[in-house]
Amino acid sequence: MIIAVASGKGGTGKTFVSAHLARIISGGATLLDCDVEEPNDHIFIPARTTSSKVVSVEVPEVDSSLCDGCGECSQVCEFNAIAMVAKTPMIFDELCHACGGCVLFCPRKAMHGKKHRIGEVEIGEWEGITLVQGQLDVGVALAVPLIREVKRQLPQGEDHISIVDCPPGTSCPMVWSVSDCDVVVLVTEPTPFGLHDLTLAVDTLREVDIPFGVVINKDGIGDDRVLDYCRQQEIPVLARIPHDRRIATAYARGQLVSDSLLEYRVVFHNLLQAASDLIAKGGSHGKKQG
Amino acid sequence: MAKSKDKIREIVVLSGKGGTGKTSLTASFSALASSAVLADCDVDAADLHLVLPPTVLEKHEFISGYEATIDPSICTRCGICQRQCAFEAIDQPDGTGYAVNPVRCEGCGVCVRLCPVQAIAFTDRVCGQWMVSQTRNGPMVHAHLYAAAENSGKLVTLVRKEARRIAHAEGRSLVLVDGPPGIGCPVIASLTGADAMVLVTEPSLSGRHDMKRLITLARQFAIPVFVCVNKFDVDEQQSKAIELDCAGIEGVHYAGSIPYDEQVVKAQIAALSPVEFSQGKTSEAIKHIWELIWSRM
Repeated sequence: MIIAVASGKGGTGKTFVSAHLARIISGGATLLDCDVEEPNDHIFIPARTTSSKVVSVEVPEVDSSLCDGCGECSQVCEFNAIAMVAKTPMIFDELCHACGGCVLFCPRKAMHGKKHRIGEVEIGEWEGITLVQGQLDVGVALAVPLIREVKRQLPQGEDHISIVDCPPGTSCPMVWSVSDCDVVVLVTEPTPFGLHDLTLAVDTLREVDIPFGVVINKDGIGDDRVLDYCRQQEIPVLARIPHDRRIATAYARGQLVSDSLLEYRVVFHNLLQAASDLIAKGGSHGKKQG
Repeated sequence: MAKSKDKIREIVVLSGKGGTGKTSLTASFSALASSAVLADCDVDAADLHLVLPPTVLEKHEFISGYEATIDPSICTRCGICQRQCAFEAIDQPDGTGYAVNPVRCEGCGVCVRLCPVQAIAFTDRVCGQWMVSQTRNGPMVHAHLYAAAENSGKLVTLVRKEARRIAHAEGRSLVLVDGPPGIGCPVIASLTGADAMVLVTEPSLSGRHDMKRLITLARQFAIPVFVCVNKFDVDEQQSKAIELDCAGIEGVHYAGSIPYDEQVVKAQIAALSPVEFSQGKTSEAIKHIWELIWSRM
């Protein structure tokens, strides 16, 4: 079972929910931190690194002894990553999407792939939890190839539970993170910003067709419009986590609140149950009927 | 403070970690500045319009890149497209025939060129829309990237360019950019060429961790950084530590702190920025921060 934890808006509590879900699963879980731009799960799950690997993409390199300056590579590139300067291809690594087109279509076979480092994946263990974390190098624009590498570490097997902590937003990094997950838990807060960004995330998830439910975090800080929206759209509310100063304090210090406050262990157990019930029920994608 | 009229300053509000208060702060700055143009560059999840209700003057489609589509009546099921796709974007929905997964397709055109029977069409992709609006605090350029769409970086660049154009045309001296979370593609697009970054963080280990990565990015572009700590009283020790973090880094200035205040959400519900909603310690703190930043520009 793979549970993705996502949100449109940042800072609603994705990492908070992901780390606590992983913590309360008996028999161990795998936690994948796909927020590779700003990974934070390691702050709450102090895993000892057991292995790590550098992640690279293949960007092109020109063999000038073979290149005749025909410019086909620059024509092929849809991302403007190759410019012809004085009959020589000039390559902008940061614009390259690593599609391989220029290498494939160079008539003189003068282009070949060269590894361009984008970040690292680290795997660690802590109290039964396997933490897989991707960390994008600062200054690198493309997060998706690193997210794909993190997701390749998903363990096989129906019985094992994996939690995928997704990046915020609704574009490619978020979509790649939720793809192939069994259910998505959308974390929001009961404010106008929270509601607006929730509706965007819902539109995206309906597009990719994965069952989802909502967790209302910091319940009590705002108004009831998120609840009304979920009711109207027939989206299940899987949990409501109260606005509690003790949570804010524990979070700020990188502590797991369920370790000190038993009532929150119950909250996350119920959330896990609600998420697996949603998968079992199937078919319902939180769509408004009719 | 008087500023040279011919130079437009561009200030981008970023945070690394999401939800630290970028939009509330940007909206407040727009109320305090005399002649700003606003640019909402969080095109994935734009929220500025919720506290600055816009009158939309112009609406444009954002067309960027291409998408591939396979015509099943021509396709001979040879599978070359799937083998060569670097984005795992060619599915076999019924196990035999091939189809492009539009969410994964990045529009590189490799399959289009390789297909031996020309079964793959390559068409313009409509990725979203962008708007020019009037708000009570000045003109605003904002956008909406469609669900699961690509090219948010390009849309960010377009929104900023349009905001600068309006500033020029109307003789406005400031472009205020509400940025996206993270440090990747859309953040880099929001940041390049800006005059200053306002970094809003919060006193948590996560906030600090993300702040440090964002500062590293700003230093790569040699952009001065003004750090403010929101909700500083949630953990005063860590707030102090953040202030000390800033002291040691060249080009990084500590601009002040803002207390935790329930009025901030109430302002949001009233569709106002905190400084317009109520006078109090939060408003005062934000005014101090703005005056400090503007005096250094």
